[in-house]
Order: sequence, then structure tokens, then C-alpha cells
Amino acid sequence: MSGSSNFKPKSAILQWTERRLPILGLMHSSFVAYPTPRNLNYWWTFGGILSFCLGVQIITGIVLAMHYTPTVAGAFDSVEHIMRDVNYGWLIRYVHANGASMFFIAVYIHIFRGLYYGSYKEPREILWILGVIIFLLMMATAFMGYVLPWGQMSFWGATVITNLFSAIPGIGPKVVEFLWGGYSVDQPTLQRFFSLHYLLPFMIAGVVVLHIWALHEVGQNNPAGIDVKSDKDTVPFTPYATAKDNFAMICFMIFFAWFVFYIPNYLGHADNYIPANPLQTPTHIVPEWYFLPFYAILRAIPSKLGGVIAMFGSIALLAFLPWLDRAKTRSAKYRPLFKQFFWVFVLCCIGLGWLGAKPAEGGYVIASRILTAYYFIHFLVILPLLSYYEKPSPLPASIADSVLGKQPAKA
Amino acid sequence: MNGEQPTRRDFLYIATGAMGAVGAAAAAWPLIHQMNPDASVQALASTEVDLSPIKEGQIITVKWRGKPVFIAHRTKQEIEEARKTQLRELPDPVADDARVKKGKEQWLVLVGVCTHLGCVPLGHQGDYKGFFCPCHGSHYDTSGRIRKGPAPTNLEVPPYEFASDTMVRIG
Repeated sequence: MSGSSNFKPKSAILQWTERRLPILGLMHSSFVAYPTPRNLNYWWTFGGILSFCLGVQIITGIVLAMHYTPTVAGAFDSVEHIMRDVNYGWLIRYVHANGASMFFIAVYIHIFRGLYYGSYKEPREILWILGVIIFLLMMATAFMGYVLPWGQMSFWGATVITNLFSAIPGIGPKVVEFLWGGYSVDQPTLQRFFSLHYLLPFMIAGVVVLHIWALHEVGQNNPAGIDVKSDKDTVPFTPYATAKDNFAMICFMIFFAWFVFYIPNYLGHADNYIPANPLQTPTHIVPEWYFLPFYAILRAIPSKLGGVIAMFGSIALLAFLPWLDRAKTRSAKYRPLFKQFFWVFVLCCIGLGWLGAKPAEGGYVIASRILTAYYFIHFLVILPLLSYYEKPSPLPASIADSVLGKQPAKA
Repeated sequence: MNGEQPTRRDFLYIATGAMGAVGAAAAAWPLIHQMNPDASVQALASTEVDLSPIKEGQIITVKWRGKPVFIAHRTKQEIEEARKTQLRELPDPVADDARVKKGKEQWLVLVGVCTHLGCVPLGHQGDYKGFFCPCHGSHYDTSGRIRKGPAPTNLEVPPYEFASDTMVRIG
């Protein structure tokens, strides 16, 4: 990882270690001396916040696994046991359950920041794709975790989502039986979901290391979207970025704590406090809020296979973004048209999220279809056309100039 | 290879790589196949149900292979409606006769799993007074055939037979 690596520890023991395993030097060059653009705003603090979220989920998750029972007969009761009997069990479980929502709030802000400032563009394509992979792993982990309490929403969410694979022509039903380990969601399904729910966060951690490695290789993007040209454009990671990241993280923790201590069930569904019943589907089954936009896309298409393809396609499309938006200018700050379409797209995603929670009937279906169409048009038509027809505003000569408010020379 | 002739060494590289790939696949197979339904799950094959307490117009739900199975005692009117429906009106055209046993037309036996995404439909509901799936709005008729909504096929008829006039064996 780049940054000055002439780090030399003071103590003789550490010097001895450093000659054999230069780990302190790696830490120093990555998180102390590492040059960060001096114009980074608070939207750039969400990378750190996301690492914090992953850490919280892993620690609380390992502790919960010490008390949880992954059996059809015991799962629901063991969660209630955690809530009522285990010392601080209520706190640990509420942190873990709300932590998943906080993780998604942070990741959506992080993704939209990348979309706004063009962080996916050359040379950050691999960095961006690794991010899309992390997002997919997060979705899989969250989905399997939601099944574990074995309430009504757990069971029927698991049924609906695994049934998505039955849309695959020919082998679909076999694939679903493979995922279930039976002919319906049952004991084998619950037990393997528990195993995989434990595994995936560590895979996320692995991809996060690659994500940060790629980030430190190409350097951070910044609100001006222009490359670092001299030392005047950067400040050292410590103390500048560390202090800013820490302040943002504390604000985020206050927000997090507000949910955990005052409205711990606000983001959940009351139906999940009813034990799973394989013979009765709840009247309104709705996924967790962070899946709603994709759920709306699934339901908008009046064909089973089509809906499944559209839903997975809406996520897969993100990986191709660097090649759909060919505009050279990165930041929306200097792209007057793109900036407007960006906000329309944000509204489109929020609208889809709202529709995903509504019943699939009447006007809601029509609205879902319009917004689903717009979602794809944004990526497949608007962005490629803007790349050719939009005239960007003049860029500042350097990051330092943009910070010091020097006006770009009129061309 | 820049147009040069392949050598014996190239052959050995490819042969070794191919053997390695086959070995890896063979080692992976048990780890993959363990996820398929196991012997104990497959053994839960059949369920017997006594039909005598089911009144005309009533639908009961029993469990077979972990799934709900509907047994509907259809009224004359329901049978009539299912029969008079033209096949061309159906997205998945199957005649009502083919979904019930001859001489036992009043008994409709269905896997109670919506063919869309697996929810359990509600009986006597929907636009066709058959079954209605609350999850994504699929409407089935009194023969359990899909009429409207995102489900691609009719409700499945499980393998079953009449052990006696009032006893049915599913599976």
C-alpha cells in the first residue's frame, strides 16, 4: 500500500520485530502517513463507519451464537431465552438486529456517495466491483440471519427468497431442493443457514481487505473528482482523517444507540414474534426495509422468471457502471445534467422502497412498473447518452485550488 | 508457443492439470451433494387422511413432506364452474377431469404451495372463488388452476390414491 514507508520504531524490540515482520510499517503507511485528499467531506467517513459496523456484527454475533439453538424446535425459544434470561442478552441481540439495519444505512450512503462523485470511474473500477461483491455478500448474510429466529417472517421470507431460484428453467426445482436439503424450508435449511451466516461475515472481511488494498493502490477519489497532483493537495491520514472519521463515527453511534435503546423493534415486523408455522402464510409478507426496492422490482414484472431476472439484474448492473457511464468528469459537482438525473434516481430508489412495502395491487403495481423501468433506463440509456452529450463545467486546476476557492480559468 | 510444435512437456502440463481438475471435482462432490435431501427426509413419503369428517364446501390442510396439502370437498357448483371453463382461457391449460380421480370429482387434492414463490394460498378467495395467494396476488380457480397473477403454473396435484371410499393416501 502506498504512502511513505520509512517508518522506524523507537524501541529495540519493535525494531527487531519490524525487520522480521514489517507490520507496524504497513499500519503506519496505511493509516498514519497515508496521504488523503484535503477536500474530503463527511460523506467520506462512511468507509470507517462500515468497518465499525462489520466489527460490531461479528462480535455480537459470536456472542449470540453461544446461546442460540439452530433447531426448528429450539430456535424461537432460544431467542426468547437470550432476550429474557441471558445477562445483557436483550442488549446484545438488539445491537445485532439493529446493527444490520445500521450497516445497510451506512452502505447505501457509501454507494450513493460513490455514484454522486463518480468514484467508480477509471482507475477505480476494480475497487467499485469489489464493493458490489461486498454488498451482495451483505445481502446474503442479512437474509440468512433474519431466518434464524424462526418466526413467521423468518420462515416465509426464507420460503419466498429460496423459491426465486425455482424460476431457473429446467433445473430450478432441483436447485431449490438442494438449497433446502428437503422438500420445504425445514431443519436442514435452518441449520445450514446458521452455518453460512457465521461464515459469510468473515468472507466480507476478506473482500474488505481487498477493497482497502485497491483503494490505497489507486488513492481516494474526492469531492472535486480530480487527481492528486502535488503534496499541497493532500493531508496525512492521521490526525486529519482519523479525527474526522472518529467524530462521524460517534455521531453515527448516537443514532445507532437511539434505535437500540428507544425503538429497538421499529425496523422489524411484529409477525416475527409469532413462531414459524409452515401451514399458514402471514397476510402481508414484507422483507426487511433494506431489500424493499429490489422486492418492488421483483413484483413489478408480471412474469416469474422475468421478475427474478430484473431483480438480480438491477444489482448486477452496478458492476458494469464504469463502462455505462463513460464521461471523463468524475464529480457531479461539475456535471450539471448528471447532477439532476442523480437526484431523480435517488427519488426513484426511495419510491421503489416505499412501493416494496405496499400490497401488490392496483395503482401500486403500475407505479412499481414505471419506477422499475426508470431504474433501468437511468443506467442503460441516460448515463451512456449523458457521457456523450453533456458539457461539463470547467474543473479547478487542482484540489488545493478547489479548496481555496480559486475560480477555474474561463476557457 | 509462437507457432512452434507442442512438445512432450506441453502434453505433460495439460495432462497433469486435467488430472488435478478431475481430482478437485471428485473431492468437491461429497461436499456439495451432502446438501441435497438426505435419506431421512426422503423416507417421509406418504400421509393417510380420513375424508369422512370433511363436509361439502370445506377445505382441510394436512402436512405432507413438510408442505401443506389441501383437500377440498367441492360443491356441485364449484365442480360445474371448473368444468365449464374453456381451456383457451387458461394460462396453463389442463381440463378439470385430469386434476381429479374419475368418479371422485368432489375431491380436489392439491399441494398448497403457490407456484410463484411458495406461499400458502387462502381457500374460497380471489376473483375465481378458488384460491388466492396473499403474497403476490395470484388467483386460482375451483380446480386450483392459475387464472390471474404472477404464478406460472397451476397448483400441483400430488400423487395420491383412494385406499377406500373415505381414505386417501398421499405420496
